[in-house]
Amino acid sequence: MNEQAAVVSLKSLTKDFARGGVRALQEIDLEVRQREFVSLIGPSGCGKSTLLRIIGDLVQPTSGEVVVNGKQAHQARLDRDYGIVFQDAVLYDWRTVAKNIALPLEMLSWDRTRRSERVGEMVELVELAGFEGHYPWQLSGGMQQRVSIARALAFDPPLLLMDEPFGALDEMTRERMNMELLRIWQESSSTIVFVTHSIAEAVFLSTRVVVLSPRPARITGIVDIDLPQPRNTDTREQERFFELVTQVRELLRTGDRSGEELPA
Amino acid sequence: MSTTVVQPVPRSFGRMMGRGARDWAPAVAIFVLGIALWEGLVRGLDVQRFLLPAPSEILSTFWDERDTLVSAGLFTFKEAVGGFLIGSAFAVLVALVLARWRPLGNALMPYAIAANAVPIIAFAPITNNWFGILSPASKMAIAAVIVFFPVMVNTLRGLTSVRPESVELMRSYAARERDIFRRVRIPTSLPYLFTGLKVATVLAMIGAIVGDYFGGSQDALGIQIRRSAGIFAFEEAWAAIFVASVLGIAFYGAVALAERVVLSWHPSVRGGRE
Repeated sequence: MNEQAAVVSLKSLTKDFARGGVRALQEIDLEVRQREFVSLIGPSGCGKSTLLRIIGDLVQPTSGEVVVNGKQAHQARLDRDYGIVFQDAVLYDWRTVAKNIALPLEMLSWDRTRRSERVGEMVELVELAGFEGHYPWQLSGGMQQRVSIARALAFDPPLLLMDEPFGALDEMTRERMNMELLRIWQESSSTIVFVTHSIAEAVFLSTRVVVLSPRPARITGIVDIDLPQPRNTDTREQERFFELVTQVRELLRTGDRSGEELPA
Repeated sequence: MSTTVVQPVPRSFGRMMGRGARDWAPAVAIFVLGIALWEGLVRGLDVQRFLLPAPSEILSTFWDERDTLVSAGLFTFKEAVGGFLIGSAFAVLVALVLARWRPLGNALMPYAIAANAVPIIAFAPITNNWFGILSPASKMAIAAVIVFFPVMVNTLRGLTSVRPESVELMRSYAARERDIFRRVRIPTSLPYLFTGLKVATVLAMIGAIVGDYFGGSQDALGIQIRRSAGIFAFEEAWAAIFVASVLGIAFYGAVALAERVVLSWHPSVRGGRE
């Protein structure tokens, strides 16, 4: 496996919203390499979710180039090169847990046997065995988000896009989900781009943290997270963890000050 | 792992009826009490029978006239169901088209709303001319048109009230518009559709009976009510109204039952939180 191959490559990416002519993103250059876990962090409304959707070809950039898995973002979407997880689990109420996870597999026209085999594996991976027949409303928020992660990974996409996936969960559940996500990331071969506005979460999870300024978002700085792998509950108590958190926080503050067009 | 899990509601028929009996007991008591009060008041105050006959008299008249009344009831019921089916099918079709081609929907919606404000029942004498006064088709037409709007508007709202992320998710799988309809929009619209259909059952019965008032086959419920009242046979008119009510409730109940079966996944049906 070539560790240096870029899974996502953004070149001078700019996005203006048609309505009101608000500039959301300005001249973003970023490369995400294979097996990386990259977090995008920035103040609320800075455009980090928009950036994630541009990578997923769900929103079109105004200018610049987006290459995903070595092809144009549009082609990558048609080839189902990424899985996506939103802040809300976005499960379909009329489908059971198993059928929600099987949704992308149906779209890929997998046959029934192969689908149920794969769903079985995914249910094990996110530790939801026994809940296959439950409907989404019968699950807690954390369990729903697990189903959503299982669905995103079911077809083994090379890239996983996550838009504040744990933002709606309480602190305890969130930390547990962080551990789960790291385990899943290590067990799968995915590259992850993760949007969050929690500094601690970004530092704990990532191999690199990309700090964005307020709108229009520019990259204020990129922090390499050199905490040892695999990470565990002790990681959060290491001195290096706090240093990195401080470093990210200061970059966020720098970005705040340099935001000329809009006050924070 | 989070462990707050709502266990699946057991769906055995016995349990459902058991829970039903407890839920329904107060309503049944009120019903019995109401009928008793009515009977007592009519007898005690010696209310003139053209004002209000006692329930016992209505019931005994119904029993004497049961063949005529039931056959008239079924005739009108067929008009109502026919109109309901035609109107609802057309409404769902139009809603699908309008949801699929939104600019068309936006262009037509003001006219749909204006048309909805037209008192459709006023057309009954005209549909009698169109379809023939003796044909049930003229009453079906009235019922169908009355039913059309609530079903269409509800279905359209359901088809378009899909969360944006649900559609983004499908697009991330490179889904075509057809797949998004089949897998997201149509299932989302079903609870809305059934709300429309339940309203439609009531409207269809009203349309058919009022349609009868404007003339037609003698063997129709509306005609029976009008004629009985015209010759001061008020017990008979009330007995016919009783038949209409029973059929109307049964019609509504049938659609509500279909809703429970089709929407078995829906929290409101499974007895859980919304």
